[in-house]
Amino acid sequence: MDHPIKRDHSRFRKIIKGKIRDNLKKYVSQGQQIIPKGKDKFTIPMPSIDIPRFRFGEKSEGGSGQGQGGEGDPVDGKPGEGEPGEGESGEGEGNKELEIEMDIEELAKILGDELELPNIEPKGKSEIASKVDRYTSVGTVGPDSLRHLKRTYKQALKRQMSMGVYDPMNPRVVPIRADYRYRAANSTTELQNSAVVIYMMDVSGSMGEEQKEIVRTESFWINLWLKSQYKNIEMRYIIHDATAKEVEEDVFFRTRESGGTLISSAFKLCKHIIETDYDPNEWNIYPFHFSDGDNWSADDTKVCMSLLDDFLLPNSNMFCYGQVESRYGSGQFYKDLATKYGTDSEDVILSKIKDKEAILDSIKDFLGKGK
Amino acid sequence: MLRTKMISGKLLDLQREIQGYADDFGLDYFPQVFEVCDYDTINILAAQGGFPIRYPHWKFGMDYDQLSNGYRFGIQKIYEMVINTNPCYAYLLEVNNWLDQKLVMAHVYGHNDFFKNNMWYSHTNRNMMDVMANNGTKIRRYMEKYGQDRVEQFIDKVLSLENLIDVNHLFETNEVVQSRKEKEKQASIEAENGGYMMDDRSQALKSFMNSNKRHDDAKDLPQEEISDFSAQNNTDKGKRDILKFLIENAPLEEWEADIIGCLREEAYYFLPQRMTKIMNEGWASYWHSTILTQKALDPNEIVDFADIHAGVMTMSKQNINPYKVGIELMRDIEYRWNTGKFGKDYNECPSMHDKENWNTKLGLGREKIFEVRKSHNDITFLEEFLTPEFCNRQQLFTYKYNPRSGRMEIDSRDFQAIKQKLLTQLTNFGSPLIQVEDSNFKNRKELLLKHVHGGVDLDMQFADATMRNLYALWKRPINLATIIEEKETVFNFDGNELKAL
Repeated sequence: MDHPIKRDHSRFRKIIKGKIRDNLKKYVSQGQQIIPKGKDKFTIPMPSIDIPRFRFGEKSEGGSGQGQGGEGDPVDGKPGEGEPGEGESGEGEGNKELEIEMDIEELAKILGDELELPNIEPKGKSEIASKVDRYTSVGTVGPDSLRHLKRTYKQALKRQMSMGVYDPMNPRVVPIRADYRYRAANSTTELQNSAVVIYMMDVSGSMGEEQKEIVRTESFWINLWLKSQYKNIEMRYIIHDATAKEVEEDVFFRTRESGGTLISSAFKLCKHIIETDYDPNEWNIYPFHFSDGDNWSADDTKVCMSLLDDFLLPNSNMFCYGQVESRYGSGQFYKDLATKYGTDSEDVILSKIKDKEAILDSIKDFLGKGK
Repeated sequence: MLRTKMISGKLLDLQREIQGYADDFGLDYFPQVFEVCDYDTINILAAQGGFPIRYPHWKFGMDYDQLSNGYRFGIQKIYEMVINTNPCYAYLLEVNNWLDQKLVMAHVYGHNDFFKNNMWYSHTNRNMMDVMANNGTKIRRYMEKYGQDRVEQFIDKVLSLENLIDVNHLFETNEVVQSRKEKEKQASIEAENGGYMMDDRSQALKSFMNSNKRHDDAKDLPQEEISDFSAQNNTDKGKRDILKFLIENAPLEEWEADIIGCLREEAYYFLPQRMTKIMNEGWASYWHSTILTQKALDPNEIVDFADIHAGVMTMSKQNINPYKVGIELMRDIEYRWNTGKFGKDYNECPSMHDKENWNTKLGLGREKIFEVRKSHNDITFLEEFLTPEFCNRQQLFTYKYNPRSGRMEIDSRDFQAIKQKLLTQLTNFGSPLIQVEDSNFKNRKELLLKHVHGGVDLDMQFADATMRNLYALWKRPINLATIIEEKETVFNFDGNELKAL
């Protein structure tokens, strides 16, 4: 049996998950708070979980230290940071800020629960199925090493009570063979689904830092959700002004170009990428396009529409367009798409992102369809 | 459940060897039990304050989470845990190498001697292992009866007030004498009633229940006694044992009062350790270093020992390392009493040269530090033995917040300033002094607390959250008189929001 502290631990995890859920909006709108740590892990700063006590204000308290330096030299960092060394029983409380570690499933589950996101039903195309055994159920047969004591005794108690032989004054519960319960494996078929997310972003002069920050934050959460849904997932990044090129993730968020905007250039490159690398029969394809809604000409918009109709829509799960509000953008592209496909189309999902506060709703727009 | 096992074989031989040296040096300790365990177990123990069984609460889970992460990423490693019980239990990490174990054992004998002999520990319950386990069982039972969430949330509130206890309680005060007498009386009553009463309610609650009985008796008495009764309000003034005050005066259910009693008992148990951090670590470090360098080390271990020891003694600019300051001050005292560098003659000697080379060959150093470890706590230790030369040699300084640069910056290397800062930091085991001012404030049964301001303001955000928790127990508005930015202010929490009156 596990040590009781594991129960304390899981209660603690439950409390922090609740905290994250309550503050999800804050975490999402403040962007950079959640820091990826290695693969599939994140650290989340958690300021106020500790039990409050009457204590001195840090700034007015100051402190004392040891070492070299003259008056006015900074001592760096904050007071109260621990020393490496020996720990001791009954040490006073340090005022460390908590860093919570959470893996991708947990974090995605919080996002999913909070936004009521449906699980994605992957396109039923060729996929590699693998059988996974998980000990999630209880059966009546099994080896002794898997015997579930609690359930066994519960069963014995039930039996004794229904037979009327249970005496509360002498609460002795004796399981017989038929009461034995064992942990049993449930075989689930996990599909090795593959997905690719292709992000396209307008980096022309009208997209400012703030707009890009919104796209960055939004893509973080979209990635998080899709990663939790697909075993095998790839991300591709395209930036465009009047011409489009494929870039690495960090370049994607940092580049700023001037010049005009031809959205069709990005769509063409996207088409090219899909044609070369991703067979739509084997891949779930998610093209995301973010811009401020400006396009060079109505003609180019027409080219875009036909690219969508002829290639992108038939071959992808859904096409998502997020329009980030900017002072310079006209927002025309949104209107054009809305006129053509309507605002609640299944295949073309449109979302307006006014500011950071709106990111969460926009994520729900995109992922709420379960496709 | 806990995967600790008693040491055996070579480790046991090592313990005998180290214990022999401890005896030679005249250390006086409780019987010492060493057990080894893996890192997960030692993390569990550390999260639970050294005890294998505590009451269920998420904060232990939180500490465990942090310790486990810290270990996994190699940020921190706990070599050893030692707890103040009789016999004294200490846990060694099984992956420690041979030298680590040697050092840790010697260190533990230092702690053990300190626990046994320092007067601030004289009232601690050395059967705390059982008490903690009993408190755990009791609280678990309350959880079964009233619901885990309800009880846990109540514990949250009590823990928030955990530092509102009275340091003076560790003295031989009337109250302590009284409570001991009561205990003895209780025991004799129990004996009369035919042996041991199966009553596991906490001691504070029991004595409170007895005093309630007395109040009930008082009602039958004539008028003059009653007038005495109404004067009770004034007697609350100045009380610092706020947990006890709540048990006696807050409208609590019996189980709630009992839980406060349990947590109060545990808080008092840990109090001496918080009051003697520097001395206790200094003493233990003094002995591991003395025993190892003079007796226990093989010549080929010297360099590794120096490496580990230096790691433990790392100085920090952000705070005082109790190991470092403790051991250095112990050594300084030993040196001064060996050479006679103290007292009127030395202090008033006009010649710097004579002072520098002062040596009366007094040789009382060892004797003096044994005496010091018996009668001092951190405050009196620094108050009496901190010298300007010491501060200078140890490169001590004070720092403060500079609002212009937004950083903490070195403020002063002046002896008086450093001493003042250290003493302020240690006053009331580092917690703000909070006392009851009026338990019937405005004649509306509101509670007025007073923060005895010693120059440092309270963190009002924390104070706000704490007052909310206090309100949940007192169930009437809470007031707090304090000084914020040099202005006397009374804050009021009326159940909705915190306002300055």
